[in-house]
Amino acid sequence: MASIFEYAPAPESRSVVDIAPSYGLFIDGEFADAADGKVFKSVSPATEEVLSEVAQAGEADVDRAVQAARKAFEKWSALPGAERGKYLFRIARIIQERSRELAVLETLDNGKPIKETRDADLPLVAAHFFYYAGWADKLDHAGYGADPRALGVAGQVIPWNFPLLMLAWKIAPALATGNTVVLKPAETTPLSALFFADICRQAGLPKGVVNILPGYGDAGAALVAHSDVNKVAFTGSTAVGKQIARTVAGTDKKLTLELGGKGANIVFDDAPIDQAVEGIVTGIFFNQGQVCCAGSRLLVQESVQDEVLDALKRRLTTLRLGDPLDKNTDIGAINSAEQLARITALADTGEAEGAERWSAPCELPSSGYWFAPTLFTNVTQAHTVARDEIFGPVLSVLTFRTPDEAVAKANNTQYGLSAGIWTEKGSRILAVANKLRAGVVWANTFNKFDPTSPFGGYKESGFGREGGRHGLEAYLDV
Amino acid sequence: MSDARLSVLKTYKLYVGGKFPRSESGRVYEVTDLKGKWLANAPLSSRKDARDAVVAARKAFGGWAGATAYNRGQVLYRVAEMLEGRREQFVREVADAEGLSKSKAAAVVDAAVDRWVWYAGWTDKIAQVVGGANPVAGPFFNLSTPEPTGVVAVVAPRESSFLGLVSVVAPVIAAGNTAVVIASEKAPLPALSLGEVLATSDLPGGVVNVLSGRAAELALPLAAHQDVNGIDLAGADADLAKELEVAAADNLKRVLRPQAVDSDADFTAAPGTRRLTFFLETKTVWHPTGSLGASGSAY
Repeated sequence: MASIFEYAPAPESRSVVDIAPSYGLFIDGEFADAADGKVFKSVSPATEEVLSEVAQAGEADVDRAVQAARKAFEKWSALPGAERGKYLFRIARIIQERSRELAVLETLDNGKPIKETRDADLPLVAAHFFYYAGWADKLDHAGYGADPRALGVAGQVIPWNFPLLMLAWKIAPALATGNTVVLKPAETTPLSALFFADICRQAGLPKGVVNILPGYGDAGAALVAHSDVNKVAFTGSTAVGKQIARTVAGTDKKLTLELGGKGANIVFDDAPIDQAVEGIVTGIFFNQGQVCCAGSRLLVQESVQDEVLDALKRRLTTLRLGDPLDKNTDIGAINSAEQLARITALADTGEAEGAERWSAPCELPSSGYWFAPTLFTNVTQAHTVARDEIFGPVLSVLTFRTPDEAVAKANNTQYGLSAGIWTEKGSRILAVANKLRAGVVWANTFNKFDPTSPFGGYKESGFGREGGRHGLEAYLDV
Repeated sequence: MSDARLSVLKTYKLYVGGKFPRSESGRVYEVTDLKGKWLANAPLSSRKDARDAVVAARKAFGGWAGATAYNRGQVLYRVAEMLEGRREQFVREVADAEGLSKSKAAAVVDAAVDRWVWYAGWTDKIAQVVGGANPVAGPFFNLSTPEPTGVVAVVAPRESSFLGLVSVVAPVIAAGNTAVVIASEKAPLPALSLGEVLATSDLPGGVVNVLSGRAAELALPLAAHQDVNGIDLAGADADLAKELEVAAADNLKRVLRPQAVDSDADFTAAPGTRRLTFFLETKTVWHPTGSLGASGSAY
């Protein structure tokens, strides 16, 4: 089977990106060392090669960056919206110009396939800036009253799964509404945010409007707790989200959280099986399943269970795992050794609890962090693999008999971020979508994103929306 | 006056699940007017009463959230009608509770009636105002719709025992949520009487549940309750509000912090849409439009 799909290597050239041996923090328009001189290494998860050494922000740096953002706020928020918008349009255009370079960089630092950074991440990043650029001078018409005000300094902490896209989701609406920003990228993927700092310089963005602080959780915690931060936006785990909610309790800080998920992808017996299988694959193996809105629980109607699973397994054997820079690669590297250990432990738990494990037969590279696409069948709702977010290429398969049972099982989770519905019957799509307690529902598709489309969770998947008109609210005093 | 009639006093009771129970604890506390004159004994609700109220609110949620917006609007309007009919009673209770003259108390009650009317009209409009189709760059019909958050705990304003209460409860249920309300601790009687109005307004039992007692004792178990989805801290002072917000983080409740305007009890101003939209979630559904049927046969 696999032999049919022998391809010659087709690697994207990494010569389009020039990674410096070291990077500083980006504060007040300048790159600077950390106050305490600390640095950390950013590693390519596919090869474990050190890509660069990056300054590690500490509390003193957070304070300096917040002060810079505060200083910049007065002028930035007073600019006519049209002028702020033009800066954002510039940024959007420069991202488009440099998208090949940024795609390769993101693939190197994150480990995800070039196919994804090139065709999904980067186009969405540019589109997001372009979209919010247009809002900057139209806030009076956004439905939040006349002349809605910016909040001030936004402290933003983003994850490693879509480094540049999460940056765009945070920075674009913040700047459009007149806020200034201190952003902490994840410690395993700091590089694209630092390249973005350079884009801000190219765009002539005033100093201090955007500050980038690579660092670890302690820097994020210091940023969130800083008394001169007016707005906190976080994307990451539910556990950290709860910590942040406690930290900002009793303050005036506005908070939005985009957290974990355990999305149900529901396949009814009348679904077009081939399309559904593609959707299941997209749902859980896009970005190695390291997606908060992944369709990590497959709910398949009993009568088509065998047919769906056979087709799914057949499809999984054709997925190509390996060099993320190869244009034919479907499955890249897991982002870090730590994440790989977590996925491995949860999968082992699934096996120990009695679920049946199946992995696609594929050879894993000898260096780097890798995990083969994996299914669990005979999964019950009590199993850990059906309840906990794995954040990896692991799909738990459950079955149902009636639509009501499907809805009950889909909603039986602390999370409420995403869900999928596969059926040919329109009335069933609408009825089921109506009953699902999830912020994003995909009908006969999965993992689609757009800057105009609000994204965010119910329940413990967080609160607030990113994207669309809704996304403005998080950054306005309304 | 030799034949002066002895009046019949009312036993004030909780309003939970559409019924009027006493506190399961058997406790009451003395409610007085501002001059210290005894008005009534109000139930001193327990943590158990609070948990029972959450169960009732959860049970009512599906039906209320699933009712048509038109139906919810009619029910809310019916509340205004019932309240108007009991205007004299509420003027008396509000005057006693807040130490107001009869004319000032009447203005408060009138404003409360009008507030129900305001929110009655909102139920079938809010989805069009805050939802809508999103023009995504692809062959999809993409629609965002507001949905109620779920069970919302409401710490009602301390000072504005009636207009404040209505101003925080009505938007929560207008949006389709169900509510567990902690009445003003020192002036709970108008809130408990409101339960009688709600019970005769076609409002399904459990949509609004009213507890009287110590705010600090009742609010913490509600803020920490895993089956409560949101909390309005209007009547909490700064210290209590912080404590409740910390507890609420355990299941990431949506927390509406107390605003300066709440403590000023200035609920006479136009309410706007802030409270109405606060306990709403946005659901966005993507439907492919590029092919005829999911199996992909193109036009």
